[in-house]
Amino acid sequence: MANVLHIVVCAGIVPDPLQTLEPITTPTGPGLKNEMVLPAVLDPWAASALYEAAALASKNPGSKLWLVSLGPKAKLQQVMMTVAQKVAFELVPLDGPIGGFPDAHSTAAVLAETIAALPGLDREKLLLFGGWESATRGAGVTLQLVGERLGITDQFQGVDQIDLRDDGSFEVLERVEGGKHQVSICAGAPAVLGWATGNLAEPRNNPQVGMANMRTIMPALAKAKVAKLEANGLSYSSVSLPKQQRTTRVVKDMTPDQIAAELVEWIGAE
Amino acid sequence: MESILVLTHADESGSALTKASLEAVTAGIDLASRLSAPLTIGIIAADAATAASSLPSSGARLLAISGEAFAQARYASDAAAAEALCRAASATIVLAPGTSRFARIAAGVAHRLGGFVDTHITALSGTDNIEASRWFYRQRIEAVLSRGARPWFLLLDAGTHATYAGEPGPAQIENISVELPALRTTVSGFRAPTQGAQTIRPDAKILFVAGAGWTKKQPDGQAHVAEAGELILGFLHATSASLGSSKSLVDQGGEGNSVLPFLTHLNQIGQTGATPRHAKGLSTCCHGEEPHVVGWRFIGSRRAISLDPNCGWTRGKADVVYVADAFPVMAKLNALLEAAKT
Ligand SMILES: Cc1cc2nc3c(=O)[nH]c(=O)nc-3n(C[C@H](O)[C@H](O)[C@H](O)COP(=O)(O)OP(=O)(O)OC[C@H]3O[C@@H](n4cnc5c(N)ncnc54)[C@H](O)[C@@H]3O)c2cc1C
Repeated sequence: MANVLHIVVCAGIVPDPLQTLEPITTPTGPGLKNEMVLPAVLDPWAASALYEAAALASKNPGSKLWLVSLGPKAKLQQVMMTVAQKVAFELVPLDGPIGGFPDAHSTAAVLAETIAALPGLDREKLLLFGGWESATRGAGVTLQLVGERLGITDQFQGVDQIDLRDDGSFEVLERVEGGKHQVSICAGAPAVLGWATGNLAEPRNNPQVGMANMRTIMPALAKAKVAKLEANGLSYSSVSLPKQQRTTRVVKDMTPDQIAAELVEWIGAE
Repeated sequence: MESILVLTHADESGSALTKASLEAVTAGIDLASRLSAPLTIGIIAADAATAASSLPSSGARLLAISGEAFAQARYASDAAAAEALCRAASATIVLAPGTSRFARIAAGVAHRLGGFVDTHITALSGTDNIEASRWFYRQRIEAVLSRGARPWFLLLDAGTHATYAGEPGPAQIENISVELPALRTTVSGFRAPTQGAQTIRPDAKILFVAGAGWTKKQPDGQAHVAEAGELILGFLHATSASLGSSKSLVDQGGEGNSVLPFLTHLNQIGQTGATPRHAKGLSTCCHGEEPHVVGWRFIGSRRAISLDPNCGWTRGKADVVYVADAFPVMAKLNALLEAAKT
């Protein structure tokens, strides 16, 4: 028997990891140099959540999938051009600041309010998905806070796998210390799942899915609400790039025997 | 005036505090003495009284929550326990170890108390106020921040403070009762993602990282994957190193299966992987691209073996780069290490 699920994926947009980042001070706090022109991608761990959500929704007919994303509208639109070709979803955009420095509690408050107001969402069927940590703030708190605000007390972080059973319960694997997974059985939705890498590769671009998605994405972006974020007493006294650039010794003319001997010494040294 | 609570929890035995918890205790003692603030330690454990026996010489007030429900790490029970401890302590600053167990609940608990949380804290500084250091953009940008709002929860990264090692003995604890909500989740145990020996060892002195080069065609036109696997496992056997991987290497097998069967995404270091702490790291057959190297932020001494004299490691990212074929080097290295053992 299939379970009807209402999956909401929270996913932000982040600078492409191959870009060079330089912090600057802006009138509203720390930011990145040229932040608005840096190429952006969907936050990688949240993207895993999106692909897992789509796979789960397609296995359970009648299920629904929303993608809630807060970021500058123009940037969201750019990123959606690619993301929309991956899997089918309904975009719920929120026009707001980009980057890792705004307070996570404010972001969570706005996301929770938006999710609570989603037309057609059955909170009893809700699986709240996202990345367990973002590639910007990397705090691992936003999803948890959204869950608390929505009254969800079955929460899992660092999730790599979920196996849904016929009765709606599921087994979930969470990353814990020492390269292991903690295995839990949850009675079913509502629950929060902060995803790590999961098991699915990035889906190929499918222009048909893209076209279908874009029909709803463009009007949604046009109507995107502006989100104001409070600072909640958060202030920064310094924001800087790490100083230590190492002086690398590049060794080109040693034999394998010589290198091995040097490494043995290095490994043994305190 | 600030008042400080350190939240701690037991390890799998249920009756001893985790190493990361004892590190948080050290941070709490330091901070309390710096700010002349009262210190409370809260313990969540199946058997909190026994777990508390490592703490009497801390001089802190000890609050404890015990019971079978707290033998397992689960959001509903842990959040209720931590909330009860926080309410009993009425602290303005709550320090907790950034373990998977507390990372799962800290933000939720902070919210219940009307407070705020910052995580992955690597250092606490400041004399009359509290400043916390943490990294943004996956270890690329370091910031020092503070909060005016209270209570303020700070989750400390493991390995950033010394482990508290006071004289053990019987401890005076105050038992705190907690009303649990209906529990809908049962923890059934732990599962290792691969067959065979555990390769991720957070306490190892050295991290060994394998890159995609190990499975690529070598100068003789062939790939030598089986040999690569043996060399890698040979090194781990000889040194008890922890095994890391580049993303390219773990991705190769596609959906869950690596070409090297002992590697999974849990081994992955970097932007979308782990950022472990080890005194030394040896990178092999890996190009040292930025999304990979951000995962090396907390590795002390770094060496790399790569065929490419222009690889990322040579540009200020490693201390020493050996431009060489890793196959013969590792074969020789393993032989020397094994010979030294006997
Ligand atoms: C969003 C995003 C997130 C990412 N996250 C991560 C991440 O978390 N972790 C990560 O690792 N990467 C990540 N990447 C990928 C990263 O950019 C690189 O592509 C990846 O790290 C390259 O892996 P590699 O160095 O093992 O492989 P390659 O780039 O293929 O390099 C292989 C190296 O092996 C050398 N080699 C080959 N044979 C030998 C030999 N016999 N002896 C010595 N050297 C040899 C070659 O000279 C080469 O330098 C991410 C990328 C993106 C876009």
